[in-house]
Amino acid sequence: MVMNATPHISIENLTMAYGDFLIQRDLTFTINRGDIFIIMGGSGCGKSTLLRHLVGLKRPAKGDVRYEGESFWNAQPESRAGRMKQFGVLFQSGALWSSMTLAENVELPLAEYTNLTPDEIREIVSFKLALVGLAGFEEFYPNEISGGMQKRAGLARAMALDPEILFFDEPSAGLDPISSRRLDELILELRDSLGATVVIVTHELASIFAIGTNSVFLDAETKTMLAVGSPRMLLEESADHKIQTFLTRGDGKTEKADT
Amino acid sequence: MRKSEEAQVHVSHATSDTLLLTLKGSWKLQSGIPPFTEIEKTIESSTGIQQLTFDSQHVTSWDSGLVTFVLRVLTYCTQHRIEVDRTDLPEGVQRLVSLALAVPEQQGTRRLIPSESWLARFGKEVMVTLEGANAMIAFVGDASLAFWALLAGKARFRRSDLSLTIQECGIQALPIVSLISFLVGLILAFVGAVQLQQFGAHIYVADLVGLGMAREMGAMMTGIIMGGRTGAAFAAQLGTMRVNQEIDAMITLGLSPMEFLVLPRMLALSLMMPLLCLYADLMGILGGMVVGVTMLDLGFLQYFNQTQASLSLMDFFLGLVKSMVFGVLVAMAGCLRGMQCGNSSAAVGIAATSAVVTSIVFIVVSDSILTVIYNAIGV
Repeated sequence: MVMNATPHISIENLTMAYGDFLIQRDLTFTINRGDIFIIMGGSGCGKSTLLRHLVGLKRPAKGDVRYEGESFWNAQPESRAGRMKQFGVLFQSGALWSSMTLAENVELPLAEYTNLTPDEIREIVSFKLALVGLAGFEEFYPNEISGGMQKRAGLARAMALDPEILFFDEPSAGLDPISSRRLDELILELRDSLGATVVIVTHELASIFAIGTNSVFLDAETKTMLAVGSPRMLLEESADHKIQTFLTRGDGKTEKADT
Repeated sequence: MRKSEEAQVHVSHATSDTLLLTLKGSWKLQSGIPPFTEIEKTIESSTGIQQLTFDSQHVTSWDSGLVTFVLRVLTYCTQHRIEVDRTDLPEGVQRLVSLALAVPEQQGTRRLIPSESWLARFGKEVMVTLEGANAMIAFVGDASLAFWALLAGKARFRRSDLSLTIQECGIQALPIVSLISFLVGLILAFVGAVQLQQFGAHIYVADLVGLGMAREMGAMMTGIIMGGRTGAAFAAQLGTMRVNQEIDAMITLGLSPMEFLVLPRMLALSLMMPLLCLYADLMGILGGMVVGVTMLDLGFLQYFNQTQASLSLMDFFLGLVKSMVFGVLVAMAGCLRGMQCGNSSAAVGIAATSAVVTSIVFIVVSDSILTVIYNAIGV
């Protein structure tokens, strides 16, 4: 783990709620530049909702998110929109625009935000699709390819503008173990080569231990976070029963006894 | 199926206080299970029954059918304080019955609809309606802003989306619009002819059909057709995009769904609607003409001249204004319901239905308002 890391995203006292219904409260933690940060917790604890707060889709009930020290939610809509252009988000199902081909999906952000010529854009699109292993699929529509491919295409679109921060919502959900492992490797590779910060919502233990450098554990019962730290450290050091149960798939006690 | 294979049950008295149920044949759900009511009658008619036993030696095969039958017997017997001896049932049945009875029904699991006072329900309905009205106004505001951006030349959307939508709600709607408006013209002519023929004034069928189509029915019918066809499609498209998080993806990329999705649809429909309406007017007049020429013995030219004399360009223009208003409203209703869509596939269906209902309400209400205005300014 990088010790002298600079904070990139800081979550301050964040409380999330749908109307009167509280999801999570008092979340405070920092995501460093270059981290692969895992947001984990059981189903329904608000992991994906937290992600929606980070990427600007849902306003917090209380508290704020800061990017490089600058307030995100208390900023003017224009500067928030500017900040959002540095994000790449991969949604759970890929969320490709179904009326457009893969090439058009990746092309749209490029065409909107750059002054490149159509030929240059086409080259970049092919490059991004090749990066995720989809070279040659430019003219396919999202419903003509498999779920795993849709996810990778979604990743190509998320990377279109070379984002500083990549957000992933359950990247391995619905993927077979091998595709899921390949996606993990791809995420690592992208972090290293693009120098991006990666935030991942997941409860896939294999991925959590394979790529996570830091993490936060959300609990649905107490409606707040229980611990922050690298997943391996949490497994070894955390005394919290819930975290142990989660990280060892329910047989926490025996594993503790073994070590 | 042979008689012996059928599920049969015989009730007999083993002793004075013990009833014996003899089960025979194949107890399968698909081949039917004997009704319990006869056994019930036997038990009720004989007094002093304390115990009930089974004999299942001749049961050839069984599935859940037998188990549910046994459970029904058990429930009845517990209610009437009769002891049941289950030991002679097939072993699998015994185990399944015990499994089913192992966990008693949890108190409070069955959903009860909470009873609220009518005042509370009324209040909630009012709140929901107000929220809906609020959302609608906000949507109209957003749509106007997007339209303003378009006028200022700053709106961003894909031109190919616009042309695709124009094709979908323009050319592709022609067959259905032709059929419906032709038939409406036909109907108008028939209805008019019955009355006018009594006075020998059937030539005025041409006036009736011409004015009716141009001022009112052309716009109204295309409005309703497009509400059911295109408005519902818009709602379903946008709703599906919301469910698939495609709209979220757009927002996080800083692309406004209002400009990218709603604007091209509203533009396309409000441009195509007057054209379709004009086409519907002509098809309707043609329908009237078919009735006039074939049934009322009017000459083709005679009918044409009469129509021409009775109609002014103003009549067509008034109809076209209406249809343009309808176009904006139908597109708005469709997009509004699509954008409001909930997060499930059922919600997409609700959105599409609600888009059609909203469109038709909008059309009829705005039509009456416009008709009153036309009347007031005397056109």
